[in-house]
Amino acid sequence: MSIQFYDKKFKDTVKENLEDDFMRGAVSAAQNRLHNGRLKAVEELGDWEQWRNHGQEIRQNVLKHLDYYLNELATNVEKAGGHVFFAKDGDEANTYIRQVARDKGAKRVVKSKSMVTEEISLNEALEKEGCQVLETDLGEYILQLEGDKPSHIVAPSLHKNKDQIKEVFVDQLAYPSEASSEAGPLARHVRTILRDEFLQADLGITGCNFGVADSGSICLVTNEGNAGLVTTIPKTHIAVMGMERLVPSMKELEVLVNMLTRSAVGQKMPSYVNIITGPKRAEEVDGPEEFHLVILDNGRSNILGGDFQEVLQCIRCGACVNTCPVYRHIGGHSYNSIYSGPIGAVLTPLLAGYDDYKELPYASSLCGACTDACPVKIPLHELLRKHREVIVEKEGKAPIAESAMMKMFEIGASSSPLYRFGTKIATKAVKPFTKNNKITKGPGPIKAWTDVRDFPAPKEERLRDWFDQREKGEKNNGKNGIFTKFSEPTAKTT
Amino acid sequence: MKVSLFATCLVDLFQTDVGKATVELLETLGCEVTFPRGQVCCGQPAYNSGYTKDAKEPMKKMIDTFIDEEWVVTPSGSCATMFQEYPHIFKDDPIYAEKAQRLADKTYELTDFIVNVLNVTDVGASYHHRVTYHPSCHMTRLLGVKDAPLTLLKNVKGLELVDLPNSYNCCGFGGTFSVKMGNISEQMVDEKVNCAVETDAEYLIASDGGCIMNIDGRMQRRGETMRTKHIVEILTQHEGV
Repeated sequence: MSIQFYDKKFKDTVKENLEDDFMRGAVSAAQNRLHNGRLKAVEELGDWEQWRNHGQEIRQNVLKHLDYYLNELATNVEKAGGHVFFAKDGDEANTYIRQVARDKGAKRVVKSKSMVTEEISLNEALEKEGCQVLETDLGEYILQLEGDKPSHIVAPSLHKNKDQIKEVFVDQLAYPSEASSEAGPLARHVRTILRDEFLQADLGITGCNFGVADSGSICLVTNEGNAGLVTTIPKTHIAVMGMERLVPSMKELEVLVNMLTRSAVGQKMPSYVNIITGPKRAEEVDGPEEFHLVILDNGRSNILGGDFQEVLQCIRCGACVNTCPVYRHIGGHSYNSIYSGPIGAVLTPLLAGYDDYKELPYASSLCGACTDACPVKIPLHELLRKHREVIVEKEGKAPIAESAMMKMFEIGASSSPLYRFGTKIATKAVKPFTKNNKITKGPGPIKAWTDVRDFPAPKEERLRDWFDQREKGEKNNGKNGIFTKFSEPTAKTT
Repeated sequence: MKVSLFATCLVDLFQTDVGKATVELLETLGCEVTFPRGQVCCGQPAYNSGYTKDAKEPMKKMIDTFIDEEWVVTPSGSCATMFQEYPHIFKDDPIYAEKAQRLADKTYELTDFIVNVLNVTDVGASYHHRVTYHPSCHMTRLLGVKDAPLTLLKNVKGLELVDLPNSYNCCGFGGTFSVKMGNISEQMVDEKVNCAVETDAEYLIASDGGCIMNIDGRMQRRGETMRTKHIVEILTQHEGV
């Protein structure tokens, strides 16, 4: 899997998904739960705005001095006995990881959840090498069983409900059909299967929530504990990290992990925070003999220093996804990208280009719920608007009819007489379509509106005409305003 | 106090009653209201669609029209937000950067102006109906005006204000979004109408013409008995019991 799932147009994926009532029920229920959980969890922190400012500052500082911190991280990982590889793109990363697998004679690979390895199609690359690759995050495991795609950056199988998951387990994992479809028993069943897999694995692969520059550590945040096993049982551990995902020290890590779990799932703290520094040391019992950190660029350095740099502040909490009213209805798969929701609509065109993704920035009402939810204050809705500007003004990819209409708008709305004239003409033009003061089947640009809703008929007398009449009347009567002054005693002031 | 009305296109052309009620309310609160005839569209439809260059001309026209006014008040959270965006849009313009800031500083959304400039929390209205309130996205999130409309509504005598479930969700208007992504917008407005109907209120109140046109249009299409009203249409009611 790369960033893109399939060769389909956005409008087709949206249409398909809007018809999937199961998915929509699962997504809206999950959204309500996660949204409300987040609000409660951030409220407990006191001044959340101050936390957000702090989080933003930490991330902006890292991006400003990214070369410095990356160098520091790499130096310290090597000091701790680890290997570091800077990969320009997915191919370079995959080639390196395949080479490690080959050198180690690794046949069985276990993974904990990592979006960045999905981004570079690492599983397929390793399978070509003859490795058996197993996802051990429960959500990812379910998707792997079905050959399905992630629909959410934190909860990859969010689009499925418990009954659908049980069905998969009954079909493929000998889960008794009469057994419960509750999360507990389902997870317990998988746990017994995965235990054996962990014990037999030669290679463990993880992502990286945060690299810690001054200690050369990587931090993994999970709720299932699978990352702990992936990073301790196999003899070799490879962590893959997006090049922007680091913090200067443990001090900043503490702040961001606090914000991450609260924003992501409304948790005060996750079940597990693994901080790993290099391979197993001589005196230690657990841990891999070899540790590799692959730091991936894959288009990120092109974003740096440009109009969209703020998107790199992202800590992948998914709060924007959990609050987005568009994602709520179309689900993650509609985006046709492993990065869905508002963050996906901003990031995907930057990483994978406008050719396949020029619709995504328009899949937003610019309501700003994403910007409001973001713990590190990425102005997501503004970046979506900015994408539109690039598409229209730099890429020249806007529809011709729309460009023509906007040109007319510019001319008409820039001059008051033309505006007055234009609005008068428009009012007359829609008259034949008007019945009972509304338009139910509109012409031209109104048609798309009236496919869904009624359109109000413009008023014969515009407000400006009313003002003209009113002022004429005032002049004639010498009256100052037609509305009587409010009697003072009933007006309460604060 | 001299108030200059920035009516917005929707109010000028479709919701003239909202404009008249705004004038009535401001005048009864002691303001002298004028309507600068040079006003056009604030440019938001073009700007939000990515046509920044095309949007700048009407924006300049708006700045020149309102720049010398004492206060600029608009019955729309979204259009007020647009004026607040002007300084950002013209930040590199040698002439308009300063003007845009000056305009932004004196522009207020109507309820914000009443509560925070006029310092009035009870406008003396009475209206004996059950209503629910839709907080529009731009007004609450981008402009940051959350409490003013609710403060004013709570002081309307006889008004029963009930909570709207999932009120934070966008109604699906989003300007050109409503026609560009019509099928997604339809689902969003449907959920909004469902939530509104669930409250068993007579009216859904909002402070933005765009949301009102969208929600009301969908209610009418679905044949719902519930209707929408702009907040100013409630604040100018003086119903006896």
